[in-house]
Amino acid sequence: MSYIPHTDIERQQMLAAIGVTTIEDLFDAVPASHRFPKLAIPAALSEMEIAAEMQALAESNEHAGDFALFRGAGAYHHFVPSVVNHILMRGEFYTAYTPYQPEMSQGTLQATYEYQSMMCALTGMDAANASHYDGATSLAEAVTVAMEVTRYKRNKIILSPGIHPQYREVVRTYHQGRDLSIFGDETGQAKIQDLIALLDENTAMLAVAYPNFFGQIEDLKILAQKVHAVGALLVIVANPMALALFKSPGDLGADMVVGEGQPMGVGLQFGGPYLGYFAIRNEYVRKIAGRIVGETVDMDGKRAFVMTLRPREQDIRREKASSNICTNQGLMALAAAVYMSLMGKNGLRKVAELCYHKAHYAAHQIDQLPGFQVDRSLPFFNEFVVKCPRSVQSINDSLIADGIIGGYDLGNDYPHLQDHMLLCVTEMNTKAEIDTLVQKLGALS
Amino acid sequence: MKYNEPLIYEISSPGRIGVNLPVCDVPESELPADLIRDELGLPEVGELQVVRHFVKLSQLNYAIDKGFYPLGSCTMKYNPKINEDVARYTGFAGLHPMNDEDSIQGALHVMYTLQNWLAEVSGFDAVSLHPAAGAHGEFAGILMIRKYHLDRGDVSRTKILVPNSAHGTNPATVTMAGMTVIELPSDHNGDVDLEALRAVCEGPEREHIAGMMITVPSTLGLFERGILKIIDMVHQAGGLMYMDGANMNALMGIVKPGELGFDVMHYNLHKTFSTPHGGGGPGCGAVGVNSKLKPFLPMPWVDIVEPADHEDEYPLYGFVKPEKTIGRLKAFHGNFGMHTRAYAYIRAYGGEGLFEVSKHAVLNANYVRSQLKDTYKIPYNRACGHEFVIEAHLDGAESIHALDISKRLMDYGIHPPTNYFPLIVPEALLIEPTETETKETLDEFIDAMKQIAREAKENPSLLTSAPHTMPVKRLDEVRAAKQLVLCCAPIMKGGTVE
Amino acid sequence: MAKLKFPSDLKYARSDEWVRVEGDIVTMGISDYAQDALNDIVYVDLPSVGQKFSKGDSFGSVESVKAVSDVYAQVSGIVFAVNDELSSNSELVNSDPYGEGWLVKFKIEGAGDFADLLDASAYEEYCQNR
Repeated sequence: MSYIPHTDIERQQMLAAIGVTTIEDLFDAVPASHRFPKLAIPAALSEMEIAAEMQALAESNEHAGDFALFRGAGAYHHFVPSVVNHILMRGEFYTAYTPYQPEMSQGTLQATYEYQSMMCALTGMDAANASHYDGATSLAEAVTVAMEVTRYKRNKIILSPGIHPQYREVVRTYHQGRDLSIFGDETGQAKIQDLIALLDENTAMLAVAYPNFFGQIEDLKILAQKVHAVGALLVIVANPMALALFKSPGDLGADMVVGEGQPMGVGLQFGGPYLGYFAIRNEYVRKIAGRIVGETVDMDGKRAFVMTLRPREQDIRREKASSNICTNQGLMALAAAVYMSLMGKNGLRKVAELCYHKAHYAAHQIDQLPGFQVDRSLPFFNEFVVKCPRSVQSINDSLIADGIIGGYDLGNDYPHLQDHMLLCVTEMNTKAEIDTLVQKLGALS
Repeated sequence: MKYNEPLIYEISSPGRIGVNLPVCDVPESELPADLIRDELGLPEVGELQVVRHFVKLSQLNYAIDKGFYPLGSCTMKYNPKINEDVARYTGFAGLHPMNDEDSIQGALHVMYTLQNWLAEVSGFDAVSLHPAAGAHGEFAGILMIRKYHLDRGDVSRTKILVPNSAHGTNPATVTMAGMTVIELPSDHNGDVDLEALRAVCEGPEREHIAGMMITVPSTLGLFERGILKIIDMVHQAGGLMYMDGANMNALMGIVKPGELGFDVMHYNLHKTFSTPHGGGGPGCGAVGVNSKLKPFLPMPWVDIVEPADHEDEYPLYGFVKPEKTIGRLKAFHGNFGMHTRAYAYIRAYGGEGLFEVSKHAVLNANYVRSQLKDTYKIPYNRACGHEFVIEAHLDGAESIHALDISKRLMDYGIHPPTNYFPLIVPEALLIEPTETETKETLDEFIDAMKQIAREAKENPSLLTSAPHTMPVKRLDEVRAAKQLVLCCAPIMKGGTVE
Repeated sequence: MAKLKFPSDLKYARSDEWVRVEGDIVTMGISDYAQDALNDIVYVDLPSVGQKFSKGDSFGSVESVKAVSDVYAQVSGIVFAVNDELSSNSELVNSDPYGEGWLVKFKIEGAGDFADLLDASAYEEYCQNR
């Protein structure tokens, strides 16, 4: 019977040992009026039937296996080396629990420590935790850290409209019960200078995206100094792939760096599970929520790893904990660690450069098309904004017939960007695919 | 197996790389020099070295695939392999979350169907798969309760009742939602103290009660005998009832929480519905609600937007925004990879099979309890749910703590039960065998526990210095917390990028 | 367990802070009872000089491997000095809670209100009954 191994004889032996006649006798404490309801769920299928049904459902989707994908907007189609999946499929990793018993969990603990170390290298921060649910919740947790650091005496948060719209929604959902005001993204058009103008003594933090939702690198040079001048914290929401190429947020003066780790070794998988990375400067590390692994020694003096800063977590601090977070995205953090190990510093840089060159090649070609105009006001990484001669929806409807998933419709989130498409190009897009995209767009001008 | 595996940085050598990348097939563009970084402290390692490194690390772990894992409240059941394959089908794994809705109908069918199955399992009107973990689902539930009262203009309801046996996420969630906790004591049977509850519900706090969070069966593994009274009292006071569904593995086909009167609960797909724990995540904390709270569900939520023309066709599914939604709790739609796995799991059992799951989870727990009750003190020794708690005081071995028994179990090749939880039982060991274990495995565990009880009396140092056979011995946690070495900075200062 | 000390020249809060009043300067720390209950203290989180607190505010926390305890201002005032030594030697709170393990000095704002604090014998009795 599926995954229950009991034989009839064993069941009888066990019931006799307990001293009851049937398993049903064990449920006397459940109100009889509500006991043993029927479950109207279809009867069991065999393994081969399940595989067939789900394969058919999977194939009914328009996915990256069959289509050329030029959509990003927070989820990126990058190459994942075979090794990553082979390591993730190790039962020793994926069927283990949280490493609460360090003597039996050194594998998870050391891999997590290595992940943390590599995230520090990438972001230019001193410490990184073992991850949050995704980039959006990482940002929401950063708000809590900023409130903690400023001891809940400040209640103003400034968010750049260039942060992913869904991330900003999540910050609002998370903090709806708290005395907190969010400014900066009301019109969707504020620039860095406009955000600086909002800073005051009541500001706990200011967050910007790097690159922003439009793929652009805004000028952040004086930002940190301005934010710190009022005693607030600077949070940079960064695409980790871009960090292989562009100056580290640590260099730019960030106090916390958060974001979506999915580009590094985690597939698209319809939006999750992904990986919220979270990195921070040393002085605030004890305010960090979630799991973090530290180095120590065992009784024999041998190097070993253990979860640390535990007392601030919910299971010990209960209602005084700053977050209720319990799980991390352990397996996704492992994927990122394996990915970064394989790529190394030169490989990751090369992937980032491929993205950059291909995106710029595509942008240049599209900019030549009549009716299409690429926003070249700022440097960009692997996504760029195109003003289109007709609705984005109509263009995408046409592209899909040609086997292309087109860009994201920015009009969904930014009223001033109707008919503006956000295109994404990665190392997965060949020159032939890009040329086809350009040709098809040209036919729509 | 004892060996030292170096850090990945310690096997790094300049110039190595673990992947073959394509050459650039487009003309290169100029990089903006003033924005470009010139250093990146990542290791440089070849592919085989990376494989060996992580395989060796994996071998330092214990896991369900290696052996018995009776970790109470965590439901460490077998994670079927077919589910891993299914989640990796290209049509799911390669699907972009921002695709247009007409191109994701297969994925939406999985989500919609799973929503309905979960609703059926626990008797709710609607289920959202959006939350990423149990704690995330709790947060969704409490935010819904909060907004429900505010929406009715009932602005003074800001307090949530939480029993002292609750998991720590319950009170932490209440605080995160900007509300406050009223803690309730337990009675001598391990149930909620009904008189204390009555005093709160009929006392000066009555008008401030927003709701109550309760775990069923409780964190002691016991089915709360006064559950209908509790639900009624809180409802009479104007509060809503939240059920922490962490222990749902004891309830499928046994009782439907929605029918008992609960207004909202979360499911841990990574417990009851067998999605793997992944060494700490990812999970899925789906949340179910009755009609009162349905308009407040987190967004997005999957519904039928256009019914099918014929019975044998699929309808058109879409993401909808519930009318009074608490909002979005994460980017995109939830941990979809967990949805496909849970869907496949339910498919493998069907409704009748899920009933068998819970029955056998409870059978296994009661069998182990019956075999250990003469050796260990079991503070609430009545028929338990899917787990039970031991108070690890052994007569004649006063120096031995629950932790020592746990560490010694490792030497027998068994993962320890949950230590020191629930907090209301001193020296607690919470044991949850799950339904996927054979009688032989349970007997091995029972024998090991009995043997350890003998060792505790005859040779206590064998326990206090355990484990003896693990890759490392007990760790210096004070040093870890004091010196805080959180990354290997000294050895990762990598030179310039080539 | 070594006998816990309750110096008679100090006042104590039920939240386990001790208070020494010298003119308008009030020194605060945690009691011998509190440090013993927490066990190995690994970190002390303290405010910056010049920060302002009202009586009852949490001004910092004391952390061991197993627990974190908030510490609460027993007067309203401005932080006048903090014990910087604790950032590298948090164990001083364990070894000498009333001496080198002090936490902060406040400069009182307005009239200090100490009516709710206990004297040494009352606090000792309070601890024994917990």
